Amino acid sequence: MEIKRERLGAGADGEFRSRQLRARQMLTGDLEGADLDKYVEERVLTTTMEKAANWARANGIMPATFGLACCAIEMMGIVAARVDVARFGFEALRASPRQADLLILSGRVSIKMAPVVRRIYDQMLEPKWAIAMGACSSSMGVFNNYAIVPADKFMPVDIHIPGCPPRPEALLYGILKLRAMIMSKPDQAWRTRYGGRGTEEFVESELAIEPVAAHSIGVSGGGEGTSA
Amino acid sequence: MPDATGLELIAQELRDAHGADAVVDTTYFRDKATLTIAPPLVRETLAHLKDRGFRFLASVHGVDYYPEEPRFGVHYELLDMTEVDRITVKLRVPLDAPNVLSVTPQWPTADHQEREVYDMFGVIFDEHPDLRRILMPEDYEGHPQRRDFPIGGEPVLFTHNEPRYPRYTQ
Amino acid sequence: MSDIETRPSAPQIPYREMEASHEIEHIAHGAEQELLTLNLGPHHPATHGVLRLLTTLEGEIVRDIKPIIGYVHTGIEKTAEDKAYWKVIPVIERMDYLAYYFNAMAFCGAVETLLELEVPKRAQYLRVLHMELNRIMSHMVWLGTSALDLGAISMFWYCFRDRETVLDLFEMSSGQRMHTRYIQVGGVMEDIPPGFDAKVREFCAEMPGRVDQFLDLLAKNEIVLQRLRGVAAVDEKTLLDLGVTGPLLRSCGNPWDLRKAEPYSSYEDFDFKIPVGTTGDNYDRFIVRLMEVKESVKIILQCLDGLPEGDYISDNRKYVLPPRHELATSMEALIHHFKLVTEGFRVPPGEVYYPIEGPRGEYGVFLRSDGSSKPARVHMRDPSFVNLQATRPMVQDLYIADLIATLAMLDPILGGIDR
Repeated sequence: MEIKRERLGAGADGEFRSRQLRARQMLTGDLEGADLDKYVEERVLTTTMEKAANWARANGIMPATFGLACCAIEMMGIVAARVDVARFGFEALRASPRQADLLILSGRVSIKMAPVVRRIYDQMLEPKWAIAMGACSSSMGVFNNYAIVPADKFMPVDIHIPGCPPRPEALLYGILKLRAMIMSKPDQAWRTRYGGRGTEEFVESELAIEPVAAHSIGVSGGGEGTSA
Repeated sequence: MPDATGLELIAQELRDAHGADAVVDTTYFRDKATLTIAPPLVRETLAHLKDRGFRFLASVHGVDYYPEEPRFGVHYELLDMTEVDRITVKLRVPLDAPNVLSVTPQWPTADHQEREVYDMFGVIFDEHPDLRRILMPEDYEGHPQRRDFPIGGEPVLFTHNEPRYPRYTQ
Repeated sequence: MSDIETRPSAPQIPYREMEASHEIEHIAHGAEQELLTLNLGPHHPATHGVLRLLTTLEGEIVRDIKPIIGYVHTGIEKTAEDKAYWKVIPVIERMDYLAYYFNAMAFCGAVETLLELEVPKRAQYLRVLHMELNRIMSHMVWLGTSALDLGAISMFWYCFRDRETVLDLFEMSSGQRMHTRYIQVGGVMEDIPPGFDAKVREFCAEMPGRVDQFLDLLAKNEIVLQRLRGVAAVDEKTLLDLGVTGPLLRSCGNPWDLRKAEPYSSYEDFDFKIPVGTTGDNYDRFIVRLMEVKESVKIILQCLDGLPEGDYISDNRKYVLPPRHELATSMEALIHHFKLVTEGFRVPPGEVYYPIEGPRGEYGVFLRSDGSSKPARVHMRDPSFVNLQATRPMVQDLYIADLIATLAMLDPILGGIDR
């Protein structure tokens, strides 16, 4: 039987051979400089810390249990088994606003409730997002009268979901859109996202600088790269 | 339902007990009996009907009859569970003297319901244990369900009128 | 013009003085224990909806409680005065958001009483069918959330599975899961599709078994028994004085049910029992509602078996839209359609109160018409609003945990309370 030996050299096999040689150089410690960087980049999944943080934040949103009216029942529907939000990792609905990062305003916000909602939103820690679920919280919904307030008037809302009430699948679609939004944009405080600089509350007696200067810090946008 | 004759008998008893103008009107409409009484006699009327068997006060609600005078109506829906009878007691009060004696001491169910009538219409219930606003914020001004109270609301934004109204987020 | 300036001044009790204005000396026990006022605020994991409770506590025992409502007040009754009768139906459905068929039925019943409009038999049976399905769905949500409050968290998923099945049926008959505006003045919106009958029977075949499974899980569970048995019992007289109706009253032993006492919409054709409790404690309320689900299944099956042929809505074109295919051929139909859709039908002046039996008690609609095409006053006597007044005698001198369990068994729905 004749053994055929083929020379690994030019062509497609050359690629393989050069990689082999480089791997051997890596093992012996002979790879340096730009070659080393290139080698590492090809093999190790690197990313910026921001992207990693955004990925983690987006895949671990903890909604706050904030059911107001009929939309709350459909929000309970997404936690239920048919439209299961746990497959995305969002089933940990936290009751305390300090532990939550998504406020799903499900239901009509009456004028008596609006300050309460705002207070709860303020109690949440950054980064935080808000979804106005249903027609009543996004706009006035079915009822256009003296008693309710559209959510945009007193708090910044990231996603509006239409429907009366929106199906659980619609709410899930909205949450996934929010997830895509979080993953794509670098993290921002809500004041940067919505141009709310200048509304911070300071205890003026404890400020080291002038209140006017404190308010104007970050007016230019805080350095994040989006058009807020 | 007490039929038309039964209603007249009840009305007659009330007139005998409390004077000829105790009962302002009796109506029998769509198989339901209604007594319209003079406002000062509300407790006596309800007590009398309680003796007659109407021991359950199902509902206390208010109506604004604007522009008819007297403007505010307060309706009491009574139910007799043993005979399965219903009867309505109505009274009318004008705007400048919207005082009605509260029936809460005898009928505890009227507590929140009278507060709602006060909140929505401004009818003041004397001797109510705790007359405060119940549905609107405590410091709200105005009584929303009066007919001349504007319905309020936000203007609906279309493309053609959007420049006229400032946007919410700006 | 608005007469806000000329109204006489009412006794204004500012919020902060509320505690001072309420005497608490008579309920303080002994000189050592201080009374603490704790606010179970509108945002709380356990309050069903945005109910705020100001509790006065002595240690962990509730000595006094003041419910504060109005956090979801939507001005539905005022909105309804602004819309034509047909358009009021979707608005009024959103009051008690778990019993939307009942809201619509009470309103449509009131309008039909004023109009003296006859509802065809088939429409009545269809209404009963959907209302009983809604009752089952409401009790399932109640059970899921109440068990969640007690700690039996997995019940939530079991009950919502049944809720989803019922919502599939609603979607089949009307196209919407919630707030379907299926019940219209004069009948129902549309006839049931083919295949609906089979699906409902399938649901009814498995539902009593599901209730038995829930009872197996919970009824003899030691924790449930300890938390619910003998807790928060109130005697019947207090409940009647407070105007309580529905399963709360029935758990005391009073079999008052408007479906049997003042039958409406062909309920007299059906043979069903009223589950009644004995002691009126939380455990009885719990069992009574579960048994009601079984009775509702019986009613639904009788409905299907006896469903008569005929119209699904009244054929009085002055009040009911003509079917679409007639618009192409008949001029009168076109005119009726036009008048009904633009202005709406006019209702003769009068006032009427129409009560029905919903999952929480007596839903009554007071309707006043002044002869125009918009109602002059729509008021819903919501059972949860009246039942909430019974919280105080129920939780007097109980622990906070019992307060939470009692609230769950009370089944308040804040949409109906606040309207």
